[in-house]
Amino acid sequence: MTQILQLLMHPLVHLLVALIALLTFIALNGLILVYVERKVAGFIQRRPGPFEVGPHGLLQPLADALKLVGKQLVMPREADRILFWAAPLLSFTPVAICLLPIPFGPHLLGLNVNLGVLLVLAFSGLNVLALCLAGWGSNNKYALLGAARAVAQSVAYEIPLLLSVLCVAFTCGSLNFVDITASQTTHGLLSWNVFSQPLAFLIFFVSALAETNRAPFDLPEAESELTAGFHTEYSGMGFGLFFLAEYSYMIVVCAVASVLFLGGWSGPFFSGHWWMLGKIYALILIMMWFRWTYPRVRFDQLLNICWKWLIPLSLINLLGTALIINLVR
Amino acid sequence: MATIQKTLKGLWSLIVGLKVTGKEFCRPWITVHYPRQEVTNLDSYRGHIDLVPVSANPLKPLCIVCRRCEEICPSGCIHIEGHMPGEEKEAPVRQLLLISNVLLPHSAAREPVCATDKTLRVLDGFTLNYNLCSLCGLCVQNCPVSSLTFSQDVYLAGASRKDFELDLLQRLKGRAGSAKLKHAA
Repeated sequence: MTQILQLLMHPLVHLLVALIALLTFIALNGLILVYVERKVAGFIQRRPGPFEVGPHGLLQPLADALKLVGKQLVMPREADRILFWAAPLLSFTPVAICLLPIPFGPHLLGLNVNLGVLLVLAFSGLNVLALCLAGWGSNNKYALLGAARAVAQSVAYEIPLLLSVLCVAFTCGSLNFVDITASQTTHGLLSWNVFSQPLAFLIFFVSALAETNRAPFDLPEAESELTAGFHTEYSGMGFGLFFLAEYSYMIVVCAVASVLFLGGWSGPFFSGHWWMLGKIYALILIMMWFRWTYPRVRFDQLLNICWKWLIPLSLINLLGTALIINLVR
Repeated sequence: MATIQKTLKGLWSLIVGLKVTGKEFCRPWITVHYPRQEVTNLDSYRGHIDLVPVSANPLKPLCIVCRRCEEICPSGCIHIEGHMPGEEKEAPVRQLLLISNVLLPHSAAREPVCATDKTLRVLDGFTLNYNLCSLCGLCVQNCPVSSLTFSQDVYLAGASRKDFELDLLQRLKGRAGSAKLKHAA
């Protein structure tokens, strides 16, 4: 009995359980977010959204998922077979690892690592490689253009994202998500980093929109210009994985934003995973609200926003933070 | 300084945009669940043409069989059959043709016969091939007795072309029948 318990307490078992739980969460979350996105789009355009499958269209995402699973996988002629099929897998698999070091509750944590922030940033960077491979391997000009855009956009926006994360790391003195959350529980609401680093939060959120290719920065898959951008040639679950990955990365960036800036699982009245989930989904709703409000920016505007505004502002913010921390100490 | 001012103005416009969509989000939807509900604002809808009955008898159309609509239709989708009272139904078209002082296209091809008598012709059939109709409305505009109107049949659907070859006289009778039923109810 004790041996079994010991086996269950083994860190690898813990990791395995966490990974399976996270993958379940990701799949479920994909279904929920598809439904919510379509409902939000509908309500903003004053129509009911999906309504026919199940009560209030609740089963619509399930029907869509089944349709995607059942579809034939087609590969274009003269496409690069290995790269073409590796891309969707490479896009989707790092997601679970990105969610591992994030504390969803005081004890709800997959992996407690010192460099959690770095881990998330490194693995989420793999997504751009996947988009690049998808575009390159498709043997399609739209896909290639979409991939080129994805790379330029991600490389540009990763800089302000990292700089704004650094500001938080400076103030908390740690790159561990658990420590960062703990440092925001001292004085209740007011100790949340969003109040001490409002500019960093804004820059982080805008960069996160661009990193996840969400509107108004959805240029890699701009329908009106590039049919579907990097995933033009993907059908069935090839497309499904990209789709799932996009929604999962939304969860990742929103979870990171809530831990870094909004106090993670801590909150007034009661603390725990419900606060964390509430914050994540509130941020996602704001992302959706943005998508159905703003038109897509032009490519030069996209890069101008980054290089002329976000990077200088985040640099100034970082220097200011460093100076203040030095003075306080 | 001007750039900063422009940027601040741009940022403010982003918030205004969010306010607009946020407000719309909270308001009730304006579309209807079609098969279960239908829209009610069809007054201005102009579908295919329909015959207008005389006010005293809902079964009898106002049409005087002048064939102006048949003549003016650019798509040739109207076909009218009629006869003089007391004559056989198969009377030749020429005798029934009533050409007004307006010169209609193709009218030269037929022998223009001006009807001087005021005898009312009897309408035997009025068919519309809606497959060909371009909804230009010339027939409705040119009907001298306003016997034609636009229907509000917005949910017209069919599985074959035959379904859109409409017998307007039959439709008129059908409408009269359903109106009678409604009245009785």
